[in-house]
Amino acid sequence: MSVKLNTRQVGDVSVVDVSGRITLGEGSSALRDTLRDLMAQNNKKILLNLSEVSYIDSSGIGELVSGFTTVTNSGGNLKLLGLTKRVKDLLQITKLYTVFDVHEDEAHAIRSFA
Amino acid sequence: MLGVSSRLHWLSPVRGWRKPYKQVDTTSQTLLDQDYPSTLESVDDAEAAILRAAADVGFDEDEQHRIGMAVRECMVNAVVHGNRYNRNKIVHVGVSKAGEQFTIRIVDQGEGFEVQEVPDPLEEDNLLRQSGRGLFLMGAFMDDVKVHKAVPEGTEVTLVKNVPPPQ
Repeated sequence: MSVKLNTRQVGDVSVVDVSGRITLGEGSSALRDTLRDLMAQNNKKILLNLSEVSYIDSSGIGELVSGFTTVTNSGGNLKLLGLTKRVKDLLQITKLYTVFDVHEDEAHAIRSFA
Repeated sequence: MLGVSSRLHWLSPVRGWRKPYKQVDTTSQTLLDQDYPSTLESVDDAEAAILRAAADVGFDEDEQHRIGMAVRECMVNAVVHGNRYNRNKIVHVGVSKAGEQFTIRIVDQGEGFEVQEVPDPLEEDNLLRQSGRGLFLMGAFMDDVKVHKAVPEGTEVTLVKNVPPPQ
């Protein structure tokens, strides 16, 4: 299964529901395109819902980091929601878990952008 | 060929510590011996073939996941950075089981690289780099990783995972 991304608006926060695998090729480029489109539309509050992401490789990690850096440097916020155990472990191994603002509850995550 | 894993001080997730493995049975059983073209499809194909072999050997689902991630990172390095998608170059993949060791060899035909020049992705200055985590993840998910310069060209990476004892 490749990646699927669906963007919805909750107040002024863009929630991107991601499912499948974020790996080199279609998966990582789809995530990159989605984040780029949101930034182009001046959406600077972005919540990536990764609860249905089964697999991320180093390329996928790279896209998350790149997106985080781009949004942050533009004065925005990119946060993560609903990490599976494997994705959480991966971010901890790579010491990125504390770099990202990670949430388990969507409503709480949305409020944190205020 | 010269093994360089001992210089990869950051390759193991816990520095200076590496899971021990015993060498009991030296009889080697070949589980996969295959050449792959330098395409991203080969990454998926090799991962799937090696995961089948890992399941047959008795690795549980979590260990299969770790092996699959290490293989994917290694195959991506071979196809993208080693062979640079060159259709005239192949990636050779060999998988064998000898005693308690499940060993994967992945050999590309690229220009090679100096392992000691790969930056530590856990250093604070490198944390937000977009790339450079592949080799580290191989070390995190496998029990041993060795990188050699292949002869006459290319890079050979050996990934070792200890086989679980029979239930």
